[in-house]
Amino acid sequence: MIAIVDYGLGNLKSILYALERLGQEAIITSSREEILSADGIILPGVGAFRRGMENLNKTNLTAVLKESVKADKPILGICLGMQLLFTRSSEHGRSNGLNIIPGRVEKFGAGLKVPHMGWNQIHKTRPSSLLAGIPEGAFFYFAHSYYPIPADAGVSVGVSEYGGQFASAVEVGRVFATQFHPERSGNLGLHVLENFCKICRKS
Amino acid sequence: MLAKRIIPCLDVKDGRVVKGISFVNLRDAGDPVECAKAYSNAGADELVFLDITATIEARKTIIDLASRVAKEVFIPYTIGGGISSLDDARAILEAGAEKISINTAAVRNERLITDISKAFGNQAVIVAIDALRRENGWEVFISAGTEPTGLDVIKWAKKVEKLGAGEILLTSIDADGHQTGYDIELTAAVCDAVSIPVIASGGAGSPEDIYRVLTEGKADAALAASIFHYGKYTIGQVKEYLHKKGVCVRK
Repeated sequence: MIAIVDYGLGNLKSILYALERLGQEAIITSSREEILSADGIILPGVGAFRRGMENLNKTNLTAVLKESVKADKPILGICLGMQLLFTRSSEHGRSNGLNIIPGRVEKFGAGLKVPHMGWNQIHKTRPSSLLAGIPEGAFFYFAHSYYPIPADAGVSVGVSEYGGQFASAVEVGRVFATQFHPERSGNLGLHVLENFCKICRKS
Repeated sequence: MLAKRIIPCLDVKDGRVVKGISFVNLRDAGDPVECAKAYSNAGADELVFLDITATIEARKTIIDLASRVAKEVFIPYTIGGGISSLDDARAILEAGAEKISINTAAVRNERLITDISKAFGNQAVIVAIDALRRENGWEVFISAGTEPTGLDVIKWAKKVEKLGAGEILLTSIDADGHQTGYDIELTAAVCDAVSIPVIASGGAGSPEDIYRVLTEGKADAALAASIFHYGKYTIGQVKEYLHKKGVCVRK
C-alpha cells in the first residue's frame, strides 16, 4: 500500500489513477496511522511552498513525514512535494521546509518564461533505482516556477536545463524526489512510478 | 532542452468531439476519451478539451469527462468552456485535469484568475484570449468569439499575467478554421509582451504553419484540431518535420 499524502494541495487523483494503472494499491490520506503503516509515501503538491508547509504543520503531518523517513520508509516527493523536502525556499520572502534534504529552493531567473512548463529532458548523472530503465535524455513533464538547489550536488540523479542546470531528480537513501510530474509524463512517467513501487515492495 | 509542445484540441458538445469552422458548422468526430487515448499514443504533448455547449446542466458531463480521461490518459490535459467560478474550476481540477482554461469569465470577473491561481497555483490557470484583427492591433472577443469587449489583446495579455495566469491560449478568430496558417504577427506580439508561456491557436493547415508559429511566432506550443482530427497529418509527421527543421520536440 502506498500513501498519497493529502495536505490540501495538489492533484492527487492523477497520481492515484497512475498507481492503479500499475496495479499498485494506493490511498489518498492525511491519517497518521495510514501513512505510518504504508509501504511507501508519495508527497505530491502544486502551488505555493509556504502554504504547503503551513498545511503540513497544521495537520501534524510534518512530524509524521519526518518519523517515516527516520524509519527508512521510502518516500517520493513530486514537484512542490520535492521542494518541501529541502531546508528552505525563497518563495514569499523565506519559508522553512521539512529539511529532510539539505538545500534551498529558488525562483528561476529573469529573462526566462515562468512557469517552466512543458516537456524537458532528464540527463542522468549517476546510477539510480528511481530512474532505472529510463533512457538518457528522455522527456518528462514539468510545471513549476521554483527549483531546488541541493547543498550536496551529489544527491542528484537527474538534471535538466532551463537557463542553467538544475536538479530534476534526487535520491538520498530511500528519499526520492522529482521536480517533474511522473503521473503526467506518459509511459516513461509510469515507469518511474513503477520503479518507486518496486522499491516500496522490497521493504 | 525544453520541447515545443503540440496540442490537439478537442471541442466537446454533449459528450462528443466536434470541430467548428470559425466557431460555426459543427461536425461530429468521436468519443472524447477514445480520441484522448489515441492522441496520447500518437505523441501529443498535451490535450485541450473545450466544452462548447457548457450550460449549467452540462457541467456534470464535463466533470465526468475530466474524471474518465484522468483514469486513461497520463499526459497533461486542460478543460475549458463555461467555467465561471472557483467551484467550477475546483470540481474539474479535483477530478484530475491538470489545468483549466477561462475566457469570458476572466473578462467579466478578473478576480477569478487570481482566485483560481491562489488556490491551485498559476500553472493550473490558462487564460484563453480570442483575438480579432483591428486597424491598430487586435481586440479581445468573448462568448465564443461573438461579443467584442473593446479590450486590446496585448494589454489584456499583460494584465492576465499580472493577475495570476500561468499560460495564455491565444486564438486568432481571423485565422481559426481556415487552415491557412496562424496569425504570426499576433502571436509574436503577445509572446513579446508577456513572460508566461503562450499556446498559439487558429489556422493550422500544415506542418510548416506550425513550424512558423513556433519560430517566427515565438510560441511555446501550437494547438491544432482539424489537421489532426481528419487525418490530414499525424502528430508524428508534424514532429518529424519540426525535428528536421531544428525545433526541439519530444519524440
